[in-house]
Amino acid sequence: MGHQLVIYEKEFARIERAVSQLVQAANARVVFVVDKNGQLIAASGEVDDIDTTSLASLTAGNIAATGGIANLLRENEFTTQFHEGKNAHIHIQLVKSRVILVVIFDARSSLGLVRLRVRKASEELGVIFDDIDHQAPQAQQASPFAEITDADIDNLFND
Amino acid sequence: MSFINLMAREITFKVVYYGPGLCGKTTNLRFIHGQANESARGRMVELATEEDRTLFFDFFPLELGEVRGFKTRLQLYTVPGQIQYEAVRRLVLKGIDGCVFVADSQFARADANEVSLESLAENLEEYGRKLNELPYVVQYNKRDLPGIMDIEELRAALNPTGVPEFEACATTGQGVQETLQAVARLIFVHHREQSIRSQRSNSAEPVTQKT
Repeated sequence: MGHQLVIYEKEFARIERAVSQLVQAANARVVFVVDKNGQLIAASGEVDDIDTTSLASLTAGNIAATGGIANLLRENEFTTQFHEGKNAHIHIQLVKSRVILVVIFDARSSLGLVRLRVRKASEELGVIFDDIDHQAPQAQQASPFAEITDADIDNLFND
Repeated sequence: MSFINLMAREITFKVVYYGPGLCGKTTNLRFIHGQANESARGRMVELATEEDRTLFFDFFPLELGEVRGFKTRLQLYTVPGQIQYEAVRRLVLKGIDGCVFVADSQFARADANEVSLESLAENLEEYGRKLNELPYVVQYNKRDLPGIMDIEELRAALNPTGVPEFEACATTGQGVQETLQAVARLIFVHHREQSIRSQRSNSAEPVTQKT
């Protein structure tokens, strides 16, 4: 049975704070956090210039593909990826095998600085997602689904 | 795995279109994307080969509207149908909330349909999931072509458990929206039942024995 990722206000604020701090500290254009299934969790920086939803699914696909390669090589997951472009570079870090921290940066920053700042931010995000995991039973109780009626569902499809 | 953001009041589900090569998975998504309001749909990403065959997945997000104050969104994915991409198909199934099995109605594709359905069940098991416990519908596509099987034959081979099923012609859009709506409904109902079960078990009084 699949389970849900439920994020409460307090933890969401902590994630957003960590992400926006990383934008500043790493001199990044954009930072975002994606779960391994491709759901965008939080983003900060010049997000208006980027289709973050598509980027989230492609990043997750990328991590999944390299994870598949790692399995074939009997390796653990490859936790870090870096792609260098002409103007934009992307640093992808897997945090606790659970979420993906993506930093997009340009000539205003450097790979060394990004790596350094990502390390600290990864630890912080790791703690936050551990906290979210420990809240799972409470989250189940707060699920909004229990109150959804057939009429609510019908209304979604009545244009 | 659904994603619920209680602060932004958003719920997101992942729906995967699965089926044999050239059965019409991408065509389903293209039709839905073409019909959706621009404000409700995100950009469609297609990771395809030079021959326009899906290499990794096609994807786009679709806003459904609000339920009980929560914005709901489907993330629609296809898998590559070609037989050699089994490992990729497995990756795309990760975190799935609902599935559409798109069958090719042509006689010549009968075996391919069955092999694909078996691989769907096997790949889900890799994640500890079972097809019969997943919100799941079947679409019999290409009903407009000659040389197609009867629905009874398709049903016997591909839908023995009687999940919702739809005849379709994805190139014209016949049956496409109905299929999508059906899987979305099943996802909501499934999550509602899960939530109710979960609340009951959380609120159940501990059993004590009187002496």
